[in-house]
Amino acid sequence: MIRFIARRILETIPVLLIIATATFFMMRAAPGGPFDADKRMSKEVRANIEKHYGLDKPLWRQYVSYLGNLVHGDLGPSFKYPNRSVNELIADAFPVSLELGLWSLVVAVFFGLLAGLIASLKQNTALDYIPMSIAMLGICVPTFVMGPLMISSFALNHDWFNATGWFFPRDRILPSLTLGAYYAAYIARLSRAGMLEVLNQDFIRTARAKGASESNIVVRHSLRIALRPVVSFLGPAVAGLLTGSFIVETIFQVPGLGRFFVTSAFNRDYTMVMGTVLFYATLIIFLNLVVDIVQVWLNPKLRFE
Amino acid sequence: MTRPTKTEQQKILIESITRSFAMSFLVLFVLLLGISGCTKRETRVAVGNREQTFHIGNGGEPSDLDPHTAIGEIEHDIMLALFEGLVNGDPKTVDPIPGVAERWDISDDGLIYTFHLRKNARWSNGDPLTAHDFYNSYQRALMPSLGNQYSYMLFPVKNAEEFNTGKISDFSQVGFKVLDDHTLRIILQSPTPYFLSLIIHNSWYPVHLPTVEKFGKIDDRNNRWTRPQNFVGNGPFVLKEWKVNSHILAEKSSTYWDAAKVKLNKIYFYPTESSDTEERMFRAGQIHTTRECPQPKIQVYKATKPHLIETYPLLSTYYYRINVTRPPLNDKRVRQALTMAIDRKAIVENITRGGQIPAYNLTPPGTGGYNCEAAFSENIDKARKLLAEAGFPDGKNFPKFELLFNTLESHRAIAEAIQQMWMKNLNVEVTLRNEEWKVYLDSTHRMDYFITRAGWGGDYADPNTFLDLMMTGGGNNETGWSNLEYDRLIKAAGATRDQKQRFAAFQKAEAILLDEVPIIPIYFYTRSRLIQPSVKGYYGNLLDQHSFQSVYLEPEPEAR
Repeated sequence: MIRFIARRILETIPVLLIIATATFFMMRAAPGGPFDADKRMSKEVRANIEKHYGLDKPLWRQYVSYLGNLVHGDLGPSFKYPNRSVNELIADAFPVSLELGLWSLVVAVFFGLLAGLIASLKQNTALDYIPMSIAMLGICVPTFVMGPLMISSFALNHDWFNATGWFFPRDRILPSLTLGAYYAAYIARLSRAGMLEVLNQDFIRTARAKGASESNIVVRHSLRIALRPVVSFLGPAVAGLLTGSFIVETIFQVPGLGRFFVTSAFNRDYTMVMGTVLFYATLIIFLNLVVDIVQVWLNPKLRFE
Repeated sequence: MTRPTKTEQQKILIESITRSFAMSFLVLFVLLLGISGCTKRETRVAVGNREQTFHIGNGGEPSDLDPHTAIGEIEHDIMLALFEGLVNGDPKTVDPIPGVAERWDISDDGLIYTFHLRKNARWSNGDPLTAHDFYNSYQRALMPSLGNQYSYMLFPVKNAEEFNTGKISDFSQVGFKVLDDHTLRIILQSPTPYFLSLIIHNSWYPVHLPTVEKFGKIDDRNNRWTRPQNFVGNGPFVLKEWKVNSHILAEKSSTYWDAAKVKLNKIYFYPTESSDTEERMFRAGQIHTTRECPQPKIQVYKATKPHLIETYPLLSTYYYRINVTRPPLNDKRVRQALTMAIDRKAIVENITRGGQIPAYNLTPPGTGGYNCEAAFSENIDKARKLLAEAGFPDGKNFPKFELLFNTLESHRAIAEAIQQMWMKNLNVEVTLRNEEWKVYLDSTHRMDYFITRAGWGGDYADPNTFLDLMMTGGGNNETGWSNLEYDRLIKAAGATRDQKQRFAAFQKAEAILLDEVPIIPIYFYTRSRLIQPSVKGYYGNLLDQHSFQSVYLEPEPEAR
């Protein structure tokens, strides 16, 4: 197991290098630069700013010096927010995205499993159809519709929550529900399908024949197998919850990293683009590793591979 | 012993699952809903009205609050609270009124301005604010290595441009002179009648150099002196908190020379990028005023809650640039025909719908007292005739061309309308091309377009800020158009102090521009913003500049 983990960690280095290289050169190939604005600056001023950031050097030298700084963990100053470094911006914003992501994950797993389990145990009844229809709706309704709907129902029509902001504990609820809804729906469908498949297998019939109680069958015999697709979905889901929060963060004025991830590309904020891409890449690689380990734990067959 | 059947067992199981899930959810919900319960809470705006705390939706996250490197309106609006220049803009009209300088003398030839500074002007750390501070600040603002994008705002000063572009390195040759601690003299290159309006701008604010130096090199853009814990300013408010993408808090400064008159205690700026989010914040009572009103909501507010919305014209023009180097657009008659065949009234009444004014010239009405007399007419018959003269009767054989705009729904709607008008009126076909903002800027700079959408906002209240745009080789001309007589007239206007002569020169120049039409004016912008009636002394104006010195909040009678 330790060898497996060590190998996986070593593997990330070339992966990150490829991502860094591809991002660096693709970003530079994109038309327009960080200092283009509708009011055009003079040639002299542009030359001075480019010199300040080392953009006047040949591209390959910029690339080499960027990698050099990267090895020391220095992501450079942001071009768009000159009095802040990319490290600082990520360090400030990521905990917010992480908190939002975790709450959304709680929402997703909680409602997803609840609906999925009940639906599978009550297959083809109203208790199956209703939660599954809602789940389908959850998958179909995009967050940019869901968010404003939540706000107008619970913040404007009823004064239960603040319309935007990230100041008080209650400010977490609407964004988390909005962001978590899609994943909850997905988990509901996955866990239902997983449970149904397992419940029809021979060993469950055997367990029932031997007189095992229903809760024993569900919790001890079925759940662990049925949740396998859910767990493999959770890896990308967590990554999605952490990175895909741009719209929710914009609608609810949440000061998270998702906004930087998107706006830095629009701003051509080179260092910030690199910083967020590499940060998220590392995060996703790490999450996939965790999922793999959990998979092995859930499925003893994989231990030999 | 009888065992429960399978279905009974299932029922019990489902019930217990549901119950435990429901219970834990309920607990979570109640916990998160907080202690305040479900009673009607007092909104942030209502509390603010009581405590003189002003909540402003400010559009987006400011890139920096250093007056010598920040360039946007978002940054400018916050810096208005944190700094003060030699002169201020009148809160209603933005005409120059005394700021740090309590009075000034102008020499007869209009070249020498002598500013007498207030003796009680202080920095927020208590240091006295002197003429040396201004002198050193202007030296910093013009240092080439700082890369100040607005350095051209200081170029009317003698030798300022030479210093900024590195032609001279001795700052004592630049037209700034400290006569004593409280007297600053500024010598201009040529009489610039709008000079006082110009220096209202943030590029003319002083900075506290000892503080700047403490946190890095003075010409380093990445200097951290603008962080709240480091910040020193000289404005009516001082920076207290700055949480990126969350809020900026400015508190009343006790060292401001006119602090007794400042009524607000705190100002919160919220960087709300989406105007829809901003509008919801406004409806929820989280902010007193928005930066703008979402376009589809303007009519709704006007019809149902007219006391919450205000619309005012801006010194800003929406126009199309024509690439005059590409045939057939190099033919003046073709350009005139395209210009005449647009129904601007239809565009502002049916598409933009925010009270915009149809534009038949470039300079917005009332720019520093100037109103353009020349105008082109919308005349479809004449347009057809001109097109026929240019060799395209009834649009026959007119080559395909493209209309470029940056990706935005409102630009698309206008472009589609104009596409249809040209098709219907002239029988010429234009295809639409939209590009993401930075790509669009790049295409425009490289002149890789036939016709492209553009907008220009004046930096100060004088026609020069619009008309010098189209001078030969001007950085923002970007049409390839050049007219020596036009250039001569703009230069002549800059060389005289006589306002009559200047305006006459501008009138002639603009008439040339409207005859040659390298640009197609479409409308003059307006700003529609939502604002609580409790906000007093916060006026809309042409430059969209709102100083905070005289703003106060009056709780509504029924809220008391």
